[in-house]
Amino acid sequence: MSPLLRVDKLVTGIGAARVVDGVSFDVAAGETYALLGESGCGKSMTALSLMRLLPDGGRILSGHVQLGETDVLALPERDMRRVRGGRMAMVFQEPMLALNPVIKVGDQIGEALSLHQDLGGQAARDAARALLDSVGVPDAARRLDSYPFELSGGLRQRMMIAMALAGEPSLLIADEPTTALDVTIQAQVLDVLRNLRAKRRMGMLLITHDLGVVAENADRVGVMYAGELLEEGTRDAFFTAPQHPYSRMLFEALPRTGDAGRLTTIAGQVPRLDAHLRGCRFAPRCPFAIACCRAESPGWQELDGQRVRCHLAGSLPAGSVRERVAHPVAEHPPQPLLQVEGLKVFFPIRRGLIQRTVGHVRAVDDVDLTIQAGRTLALVGESGCGKTTVGKALLRLIEPTSGTIMLGGETLPAKNMPTLRRQAQMVFQDPFSSLNPRMRVVDILLEGMDALGVGARGERRGAVARLLNQVGLPDDAGGRYPHAFSGGQRQRIAIARALAVSPRLVICDEPTSALDVSVQAQILNLLKDLQADLGLAYLFITHNLAVVEYLAHDVAVMYLGRIVEQGQAGAVLRTPRHPYTQALVSAVPRIEPHTGQTIVRLAGDQPSPLNPPVGCHFHPRCPHASAVCRQTYPARTDLGGGHWVRCHWVAAQD
Amino acid sequence: MSLVTSHFVPVLLWTDALIFMLLIVSLAAVWWIRRHAHLRAPWAAVARRPMAMGAALVLAVFVAIGLLDSLHYRERLDDSPPDRPQYSVEVLSVFDALAGRLRTQQEKTYSAPLAMHLYAKEFTERGGATVRDYPRLKYGGAHLKQADEYGPDIVRRILVGLLQGLAGSLLLFGLLAAWQARHERMRLGGWLSAWATGHLGWPGRTVVIVLTLMLILGAVMARLAAGYHVFGTDKVGQDVLYISLKSIRTGLVIGTLTTLVTLPLAIVLGIAAGYFRGWVDDVIQYVYTVLNSIPGVLLIAAAVLIVQVAIEAHPDLFDTAAARADVRLLALCVIMGVTSWTSLARLLRGESLKLRTLDYVEAARAFGVSHARIISRHIFPNVFHLVLIAIVLDFSGLVLAEAVLSYVGVGVDPAMYSWGNMINGARLELAREPVVWWQLGAAFVFMFTLVLAANLFADGVRDAFDPRLEERR
Repeated sequence: MSPLLRVDKLVTGIGAARVVDGVSFDVAAGETYALLGESGCGKSMTALSLMRLLPDGGRILSGHVQLGETDVLALPERDMRRVRGGRMAMVFQEPMLALNPVIKVGDQIGEALSLHQDLGGQAARDAARALLDSVGVPDAARRLDSYPFELSGGLRQRMMIAMALAGEPSLLIADEPTTALDVTIQAQVLDVLRNLRAKRRMGMLLITHDLGVVAENADRVGVMYAGELLEEGTRDAFFTAPQHPYSRMLFEALPRTGDAGRLTTIAGQVPRLDAHLRGCRFAPRCPFAIACCRAESPGWQELDGQRVRCHLAGSLPAGSVRERVAHPVAEHPPQPLLQVEGLKVFFPIRRGLIQRTVGHVRAVDDVDLTIQAGRTLALVGESGCGKTTVGKALLRLIEPTSGTIMLGGETLPAKNMPTLRRQAQMVFQDPFSSLNPRMRVVDILLEGMDALGVGARGERRGAVARLLNQVGLPDDAGGRYPHAFSGGQRQRIAIARALAVSPRLVICDEPTSALDVSVQAQILNLLKDLQADLGLAYLFITHNLAVVEYLAHDVAVMYLGRIVEQGQAGAVLRTPRHPYTQALVSAVPRIEPHTGQTIVRLAGDQPSPLNPPVGCHFHPRCPHASAVCRQTYPARTDLGGGHWVRCHWVAAQD
Repeated sequence: MSLVTSHFVPVLLWTDALIFMLLIVSLAAVWWIRRHAHLRAPWAAVARRPMAMGAALVLAVFVAIGLLDSLHYRERLDDSPPDRPQYSVEVLSVFDALAGRLRTQQEKTYSAPLAMHLYAKEFTERGGATVRDYPRLKYGGAHLKQADEYGPDIVRRILVGLLQGLAGSLLLFGLLAAWQARHERMRLGGWLSAWATGHLGWPGRTVVIVLTLMLILGAVMARLAAGYHVFGTDKVGQDVLYISLKSIRTGLVIGTLTTLVTLPLAIVLGIAAGYFRGWVDDVIQYVYTVLNSIPGVLLIAAAVLIVQVAIEAHPDLFDTAAARADVRLLALCVIMGVTSWTSLARLLRGESLKLRTLDYVEAARAFGVSHARIISRHIFPNVFHLVLIAIVLDFSGLVLAEAVLSYVGVGVDPAMYSWGNMINGARLELAREPVVWWQLGAAFVFMFTLVLAANLFADGVRDAFDPRLEERR
């Protein structure tokens, strides 16, 4: 049987750079082929080359793309338009940007239908409705008349998928379809894609950097690095025994359950593709590289159904390089460092001519937290649940509506800000927007010391050198500007800036979510080392549960401005009690097969904090909701060992 | 009293002082930029653009003339007693001294470009009889004995100018090549071939070609101007070339000093509105919305009239006519600045609104850094490219606005040399037969060259500073 899509030695160049260099793979009908790799490895460029939608300056230099019987690269542009959307369709990463904000979604889907199926009027409307039903949009008839801004991220991505399906394509290209979505929504969307593929016998090309997503969705996997495919094989073979050192290191770099050892990091960066590359492209970063690797590019080798491009394939040491270390048990009794009680942050909503306050967005509603010295508390939740607001309110970057903040057991009045700011600092999510591009690194690091008067003026330069050393940056880094550094290095600078005033608590707001897996491992290792050396406490705000398991001692789960479950990390993540935590934990795509736990899939989206549901906020999405849940907000149920939960259902069980 | 000051006394007009202050500030900025890598990079990108460099050379010539024309002085009267020197009421500039006869060779009335004869018939004595004919000019072509020498003389002058220009440019090019080759440690031949193929790292060919063209044009004009009125004469017989060159200073003053008034208003109010938000934002927005809804010309006309009345009410404050005209020019700059800051302020407000939410500003707030310091270290440096782009883009608009305002009659002092006044003066003469076109033509050519050069340069600056284009470079 001939495959649906056959890509043969595809080479795409942008300017002097060969961003896709000799990539060959097949996708059969009804099969999901995953292209895996870090950012900048040419995954998206491969997809855009297939669609012939390359950006300015991009050109397909050689190779063949065969879709069924059609040679895609030989088609004139006019016929190509019928292929795009008609025979292969694409779902993009950012549903916010891919939908036109001023056209109703029904009309946008209708446009695709009229182009590819020649439908119009009522027929198109019915077809659009059927499409929305098939991608699981509730209340499809009404949704057709809504504008994109009225829909949540998950619904928008379903609309995008519905539009892609309008031409009944035989191949669906999904370019990081769930990267911008929350885990529970990601699980919903991936389910939709899986079901559609099975029902319509579509081929699917899934582009992702997330090993978990690959493990749960792909049939076959191709690993891309620096524009080349390095390894290819079936999912099961790939996940039991990855052959290429790069694939192995990707696995080792992932934080895993019950493991507290150091993560493997991949030194260096993806090479620049406009330079002349000799030998194996991964050789400069490969710990196993031999002389031959640097001289000649390895060819494909077959190894029990897997194909790999490595000179050392088959002769590499088997198994993990990294030994597993269990979490050390805390010896000293924990000292509360920062305590927050009854923290509330309401944002007023103003309407009308005189800007009268008509209501409040309850971003944070009655949150109590205790952060212990030298320990890590992870604050987990979906986007929009108010976790970042908590972090900022602690530092009074956002003025809290009410609540007391106690530092070392003493209540801190609002006037006494410098004391708080010397004790607590923040590391932000995006290392590209958190450093002023027009300041040298040394000035960035000095800023906090100058503002808070830390140390004597003459000693600050020395302190900067020490800080750079501490976060693993070269000594000459201080004189350079942020643009000279990569994402991971910038995040190190941001960490050094927070450490400059020697705080005891660092609030980390998703510090690794903008980074690649291998770089994330470096940052996580660094955070762990700093905690061991300096006795830092972390408030780690994240949506990534794997990172939580690796780093955190305690976990607090937030939903719609309130903490619904809190306890020791192991207890909460392995035996979650609140239905929301259970759903969250089971929605995370995992490399290992799910063991024992039933898969809980949440329906719907998080409601707006402007108008939270009466009673338990979670009841509209909860599989165990009863009458009492719709009336009163549940009180704390203590489960022992510092583990507590706010749920009527759990309370009834105990 | 020294010998030098006894022959003339320097006069510092208000606009002169401001122009030289601006010059000093610009030089300081250049020095500052040279020392900072991230500030230098975009300017280096500007310097690599052939179009921008060519335009910059043309602008430099205009600026040089404008600066020379801003060094004012008054000559001592010949008949004044040595112990109590008296000075002429006429304020001259170094440029006037360099222009020499161009200023003093005044005809009776209109004469066409390069003409030998006046543009109006007069009764003259010829061979005893009184004839009505076009009389010969007093200076233009006065060296010619016969009318048939005219053609060859013009051609000779053009050719000599051409050769002089070429020779000067060759000499300069030789010096440049020798210096550059030495500087880059290359053989002279190697440098020349790199220059010819455009592999220098800076647009050497464009610079040399533009310089050569300007030298040739300058030499030809100088040769012709020595014997003729190149652009003719105006109603009172003054050389139009001289008027046009004098007008450069007015144009530059309007273009730069207005910006000087605009900038502090726009930067302070724009950033304050965007950064502080709340009631500060409301107040500033109301102010500029109100200001924007009043027609600009109306405001300018009212303000200029008020200044005019004030000047006339206090004649004792101004010792010369030039000082009076200068105050009116300054007033025009101020009022144009006050009415034109709104668009830049709005731009800066939007950008500051965006910047204040960025993480590095939040990080600074987490350190308790003061507002003033956040604005000066985090906000201002990151909106500065917008300011710079606005300055260069507005410059040409302001030069044109001066012409329009003077034409309407609310611009600079009517006695002042400016392109607007030239056009205003030419307006009525356009209706007469035969048409007097050269005044308008000269003003047009000069203004066009300056504005085109400024716009091309502004394009280069905008491309180099626009962060959206950065990735494509």
